[in-house]
Amino acid sequence: MNAAIDTTGIIAARTHSAVRRHRLAWALATALAAAFALSMYLGDFPIPISGIIQSLFSPLTGLANRSVDFIVLQVRLPRALLAIASGAAFGLSGIIFQTLLRNPLASPDIIGISRGASAAAVFVIIILGWTGLAVSLGAFAGAVLTALAIYFLAWRNGVTPYRVVLIGIGTDAVLIAAISYIFTRARINEVQQAMSWLVGSLNAARYADLLVLAAAMAVLIPALIALLRSLDPMELGDDTARALGAPVEPARLGLMLVAVAFAAFATAAVGPVGFVAFVAGPWRAPCSRGQGAASSMPR
Amino acid sequence: MKLPTPASLPDLTTLTASAPPRAQKAAQLTLGLLLLALMLMAIAALSLAVGARPIPLETVWHALTAYDATATEHRIIWDLRLPRTVIGLLVGAALGLAGAVLQGATRNPLADPSILGIHAGASLAVVLGVAFFGMTQLSSYVWLAFIGAGAAMLVVYSVASLGREGATPVKLALAGAALSAVMFSIINAILLTSQRTLDEIRFWQVGSLSGRSMDILLQVTPFLLIGAVLALAVARLLDGLSMGDDVARALGQRIGLSRALSGLAAVILAGASTAAAGPIAFVGLTVPHVARAITGPGYRWILLYSMLLAPILLLGADVLGRVISPPGEVQVGIVTALIGAPFFIALVRRKKLAAL
Repeated sequence: MNAAIDTTGIIAARTHSAVRRHRLAWALATALAAAFALSMYLGDFPIPISGIIQSLFSPLTGLANRSVDFIVLQVRLPRALLAIASGAAFGLSGIIFQTLLRNPLASPDIIGISRGASAAAVFVIIILGWTGLAVSLGAFAGAVLTALAIYFLAWRNGVTPYRVVLIGIGTDAVLIAAISYIFTRARINEVQQAMSWLVGSLNAARYADLLVLAAAMAVLIPALIALLRSLDPMELGDDTARALGAPVEPARLGLMLVAVAFAAFATAAVGPVGFVAFVAGPWRAPCSRGQGAASSMPR
Repeated sequence: MKLPTPASLPDLTTLTASAPPRAQKAAQLTLGLLLLALMLMAIAALSLAVGARPIPLETVWHALTAYDATATEHRIIWDLRLPRTVIGLLVGAALGLAGAVLQGATRNPLADPSILGIHAGASLAVVLGVAFFGMTQLSSYVWLAFIGAGAAMLVVYSVASLGREGATPVKLALAGAALSAVMFSIINAILLTSQRTLDEIRFWQVGSLSGRSMDILLQVTPFLLIGAVLALAVARLLDGLSMGDDVARALGQRIGLSRALSGLAAVILAGASTAAAGPIAFVGLTVPHVARAITGPGYRWILLYSMLLAPILLLGADVLGRVISPPGEVQVGIVTALIGAPFFIALVRRKKLAAL
């Protein structure tokens, strides 16, 4: 009797939290759609909503209005899409790192990976005088090299989260010092040029950036889903996860590579936008209390 | 967080019969402190002697004991190197203490003044002062930075205190990081539109001891001393907090009060040291880990070791920065990270550091 009541209670609670999660997912999706619509609508050049919709379908309908089409299709659309793609990539990268390293502060912008991209970009902009796409390439290489350096420095019969975090902050400090050193030695207008990259911006969004990022995510997201199942036991601690039969080291390496790739591609596209990756974890807690890592992934 | 192991409960170990090894360890640690103090004195002497114009130690001694206002070298020592050295000592000690206290109070190895918004607040205040009020004097930065740091920490603490559980470590760290992000985006917006401000700020934000005069030293010293006393006084509370909130509460400790006092000590120390030397991140973040590796758990020792190790690093880096690229100087904030970080990484690799 008691058992029966308990079970219905548990089932009810589970259904309740599943319903809640569904509602939240819909609410987030609606918010995303609204943000996208606003981003398409707002700008220096006022375009009525009908004009925007007409312009969006103009490749199909053939009704062209060149000045409006340019703004909608060449300026606002890539910008909004790039914002969604890079935001998702930063968020995923943040949540993977925070879960793997079991520290809510350990997003890529805190443990040195974004800083690797920044230091590389500052180096190529100020010392080598590169511009445009070359800077993105440099930043990408910087992020990947920094991540590899952190991982191998932290490797000692395996990698523990705590060591990765400490090595990460050490690496971050060196990179900050390097950036500051270049800044104090360079001419002020070069510093300003590098600063505008460091702040991160969607201003110069191009389809080329979007394509690269989208292609990368098309590979990374399936890889992530494949690796996801191993993430849940790992949150319980390495030893527990191992005892549960999870392949801890390979899974961690795979997940870290995926997370680094997300961060590196997004940073190369829009610059080291801070904070987006960092808030992924705190956001996730109220959205999926105790539901494991998988539920927080589609965002 | 791991469950506390018996080794991390110093008050309980006194109850067991392990008194002789414990006394031996205390003697060893005291000896270590004396050695560090000697090292610090040697580095301070070097800091007085080394610079663009090297001064023999004998002359340094004469300048200190029998000051002669007509001798140029005596003037250099009293007007330039002595304030710089004392500020280096005090700021270093303050950074080490602040880092150790914050890491203990939040139980997060990543906690440091920059994570909790103190550096961002100080930087924002200085940037606003330079951009909108045309302040360019180092001495006016001191007050701006101090007010900014205090205001930031107050906001961070109140935001983190919202909600039922009060200011938990995670909420403190998250609120600090979030508000830092807000403040840095304001800073960046200003720096992107005002080249003049960027030009001023890029030298301040590196963190440097050069050009600090006697009046800056006198302005910040009282705060640094009060902060240091308070930090050493909360050692016992930090030991309690390190066992976890529930255990500490069960032992009769008032969690909220402990954390508020620790936070106050850290703000005073970090605010005053940022005011004197600019935002130096690396020292407060890493020195407590080194101290903990030497002493083991027990915050009284961790704090004392942090208080001596940090100025050794800071002042040593400052001396090195004066000589590595003549005729110029490399700012101490850069040198501490460039020489300190590889050492720190090597230490993390060699030793299994105790998790907080």
